[in-house]
Amino acid sequence: MTAVSGRGGPVVLPEPGPEPVDLGRFGGFGGRFVPETLVPALEELEDEFRHAWSSGDFRREFGGLLDTYAGRPTPVTECHRLSERLGVRVLLKREDLTHTGSHKINNVLGQALLTRRMGKNRVIAETGAGQHGVATATACALFGFDCVVFMGAVDAQRQALNVWRMGLLGAEVRTVESGSATLKDATNEALRDWVASVETTHYCIGSVVGPHPFPWIVRELQSVIGSEARSQCREVLGGDDPDAVVACVGGGSNAMGTFAGFRDTAARLVGVEAAGEGLESGRHGASISRGVPGVLHGARSLYLQDEHGQIREAHSISAGLDYPGVGPEHVALAESGRAEYDSVTDHEALEAFRLLAESEGIIPALESAHAIAWVAREAGAALPSGSTVLITLSGRGDKDAAQLADAFADTGSGAGSGTASGTGNDGP
Amino acid sequence: MRLEETLRDARSGGRPLLVPYVTGGLYDGWTELLEAVVAAGADAVEIGIPFSDPVMDGPTIQTASQQALARGATPMTILGDVEGLAVGAPLAVMTYANLVMHAGYDRFASALVDAGVDAAILPDLPLDEFGPWGSAADAAGIETVLLAAPTTTDERLARICERSKGFVYAVSLLGVTGERGSLSEPSSTVGERCRGLTDTPVLLGVGISTPEQAAEAVRHADGVVIGSALIRRLLDGGGVDVAADFIREVRRALDETAS
Repeated sequence: MTAVSGRGGPVVLPEPGPEPVDLGRFGGFGGRFVPETLVPALEELEDEFRHAWSSGDFRREFGGLLDTYAGRPTPVTECHRLSERLGVRVLLKREDLTHTGSHKINNVLGQALLTRRMGKNRVIAETGAGQHGVATATACALFGFDCVVFMGAVDAQRQALNVWRMGLLGAEVRTVESGSATLKDATNEALRDWVASVETTHYCIGSVVGPHPFPWIVRELQSVIGSEARSQCREVLGGDDPDAVVACVGGGSNAMGTFAGFRDTAARLVGVEAAGEGLESGRHGASISRGVPGVLHGARSLYLQDEHGQIREAHSISAGLDYPGVGPEHVALAESGRAEYDSVTDHEALEAFRLLAESEGIIPALESAHAIAWVAREAGAALPSGSTVLITLSGRGDKDAAQLADAFADTGSGAGSGTASGTGNDGP
Repeated sequence: MRLEETLRDARSGGRPLLVPYVTGGLYDGWTELLEAVVAAGADAVEIGIPFSDPVMDGPTIQTASQQALARGATPMTILGDVEGLAVGAPLAVMTYANLVMHAGYDRFASALVDAGVDAAILPDLPLDEFGPWGSAADAAGIETVLLAAPTTTDERLARICERSKGFVYAVSLLGVTGERGSLSEPSSTVGERCRGLTDTPVLLGVGISTPEQAAEAVRHADGVVIGSALIRRLLDGGGVDVAADFIREVRRALDETAS
């Protein structure tokens, strides 16, 4: 094992990144398309964050929480067996090792501090896989805020463990039956709540989506992923940056936080969207590949739509990527060519889920498995043999175990090639 | 400027203004509702063009929108239904920014003109994002009604009242559309604040559910918008006569305040 600085080291927050101009525009995307009722709250939040993010007190308190509560810095792990198998050198940024098990905790701790600064005592959130919901419920327990999490009924069923965790943490989970009963519909319902509750309530958006200032705030609060990873990679790689930096993209917060640390390097930036059952099937979540410009949930971005402009249902085996849109800054990065975006199918993600478990003893979240899958597929192709690649492992896969035990059983492939029981689920 | 002119004329005759909301494409022959509510005393009619993700709408309008979408309603089929009708009152469409952006601002504005629609209300296109649509609408002669909320600051409210055409839509409460048990406390404040800033008619909307609430609301505004209370009667199985009866009741309650 190569010794790389990680846990136990100091948390170093990156310097503030560029603030979007013209009411939150990234290129022609972003903006603030919300009912008038919410505009004053968004203006207040924007001012509050701008002050806080340059304030030593806020940064010290945020850094302290990331250190002593969330368990940062997270390590970078070199994957020797996987590297040998793929012919590329693979490093993982281990967000799965944070408290609550995903990168979502970074963002919610920052937004919880902002909530307190604004004198609000109630927090609402939307959640897909439940990771952001659990992180928000956790921060609310820590700060003593009331917490309501909106979750699509389909997601609540496939992520039942996270629903239970949120309840244990004192949050109320409201399941949403409308539309596709997934993340898009949970977000609609959270916005409707906020229109009624805005004077006392902060809406803790979980990704780099939504009206300005959210895409900016969430990117900044997640940029600690990229800044840590950059210096850790340089330790491992003898001062070099990786050739490629890869992360999965639903709304895109772990990718944006990671990319923030590498934008001014020569590294290729690759975002991996959910191709679901295949881009041609129409059942996918690949907004950058197949979306068209539009406005949803407060921002101009790319969205999956029908020919009349109605938003289409997304599909992904992974609840966290099951969203018909993407953060506006990703669209700008795609347009400028600074980042490239590709997609992998449900099937490829499942294979990668197993691959990482078997080769490295790390069970990834299904979302993160999409990033692994792209590297596995493109090693020796789009990713030349011998190159070095950093993958952000945005979360751990415990939450997916029950769902995947069924999926593997359905395909008859078993969870592990060498196991007798073949389900990989050793729970009761 | 047919919507604003019509409302100003009615107001100057001492008449409290009544603008019902109807979901476009709700059922076969839905345009009969437009004629019926006008005959029952509406001064203008709002036509909802349903969107898949209506974040400013509560359960009633959501259900009606889903029903219309399931029937295959699109912006162009709804405008096609309306084209050539002689309703006898100005028409405004209420829809969400994505449908307008998807069609293209200029194309949408001219489609409204072709259909005989006078105005548009876009609840997720606030003042700050209004510019490009505002230019397209102005050029086509479409009046755009802006919303004012209880949370709106004085500085913004002045700009909203100045830019809004047709009327100023004063949102009577913190929340989305839907019936409420009583008229909310902020309604009087937001109505009066708007009236203090503009001569354009000010209508209170969102949550106004009964003839009594409408009568109370017009003490603080020039009129009311009634949506969910009407749509709920239709979803409950009431037909065009039930809808007309309800609007007639509201009209009577409003007229009693003026006598």
